Amino acid sequence: MIYLDNAATSWPKAPGVAEAITRFLTDVGANPGRSGHRLSIEAARMVSTVRELTAGLFGAPDPLRVVFTLNVTHAINVALHGLLRPGDHVVTSSVEHNSMIRPLNTLGQAGISFTAVPCASDGSLDPADIEAAITPATVMIALTHASNVLGTLLPSADIGAIARKRGLLFLLDAASTAGCVPIDMPADKIDLLAFTGHKALLGPTGTGGLVIGERVDPARIMPVFQGGTGSRSATETQPPFLPDLLECGTLNTTGLAGLGAALAWITAAGINRIQTTCRAHTRLLLERLHAVPGVGVYGPRNPRLQTATVSFNIKGMSPSQAGQLLDERFGILCRVGLHCAPRAHVTAGSFPQGTIRFSPGIFTTHDDITTAVDAVACLSREACCE
Amino acid sequence: MSEQFVILFPTSAHVMRAEKLLKDAGLSCRLIPVPRQLSSDCGICLIVLQEEAETACALLKDRRVDFDTVAAIPAQ
Repeated sequence: MIYLDNAATSWPKAPGVAEAITRFLTDVGANPGRSGHRLSIEAARMVSTVRELTAGLFGAPDPLRVVFTLNVTHAINVALHGLLRPGDHVVTSSVEHNSMIRPLNTLGQAGISFTAVPCASDGSLDPADIEAAITPATVMIALTHASNVLGTLLPSADIGAIARKRGLLFLLDAASTAGCVPIDMPADKIDLLAFTGHKALLGPTGTGGLVIGERVDPARIMPVFQGGTGSRSATETQPPFLPDLLECGTLNTTGLAGLGAALAWITAAGINRIQTTCRAHTRLLLERLHAVPGVGVYGPRNPRLQTATVSFNIKGMSPSQAGQLLDERFGILCRVGLHCAPRAHVTAGSFPQGTIRFSPGIFTTHDDITTAVDAVACLSREACCE
Repeated sequence: MSEQFVILFPTSAHVMRAEKLLKDAGLSCRLIPVPRQLSSDCGICLIVLQEEAETACALLKDRRVDFDTVAAIPAQ
């Protein structure tokens, strides 16, 4: 079996993740921030360590501005619903995941509008087009760091500079990049960074967060959820300070224990080294796919301009049929279809049938990639001859 | 009997952040359950040496870690 679906969720996870989860459930288990006993303190210490590691990975100076969520979708919703008000306008891109577009459309009912700036068919985006879409009502630029369909990296640092120059907030969806592409919030002028723990960060599902930059006043954020925080229990309103303002109900401590182990592994391995490995995978995958007759590859087709996510189609075969045959006949696991990002497929010209998406991860081998592309070649030959 | 200083925080996240900052700065601090004569929801607080209390508070203010009250209690 060859797992090439790391863009959906990474697998296997980082060494130590499963052990950390087991250790937490077996030896700690208590609720952080609710009690003063030793196990509660140990749980709080674990959560704090994960906050510190998260802040450190993204260059965020204050770990108390790391708010844990269930995933990146949750984090994006916390940011959009929390900060936008009727009359506000948001600039985004045409390769966004539904995690961005759906909340923006929902907010449309509350009088909040957005412009999805068209990307080129390879997903690339000209920062000048973003700037041109800014109106007097614009308060935020919100976009993905990389297309989850095409792998295309958007010019986040240039767009961050535009946002700062124009006095706008910059929300970056790092679902596809956190853990495999260096991210420095102050340098890239990112005000809000939404991340998930279960993709390139190599942690468990049910983990993620929103890192809130220094320019965002917590008093401006309307919490999507309200409830118990373990703090200010005598008051019946949400505490005004971070992280409690946006973190209520018991945290996913079990998942965070695993995320902590994953972050420690990534920090020790080094993001730059991980990126180099992923680029080598991407280069090999692109070269091999390019050589297969009947296969059309989407996206920038350049390892320096994309993540290790490669979308393609086989002439004469639907993506869903290809996905099924790859699994059943060759043991190759990937994702086919629209990948929750219909606009990205419209942009690439692959709507409505979608694409076959191969997404190797840090633990994929070159043999895995060549074997998978051999299987694609086999299917392509069959589709051509039938 | 010398006094020690108890620093209370709004959340356990603040306690843990403060403990790390103070220890990284070479200051003595200890995490204890909140003494019964005081009150804090999160149940834990930090205790620092009297002679380092001012430095500790200045550091926490500088790093923008909110703390609620500083109370002096007899050393135990």
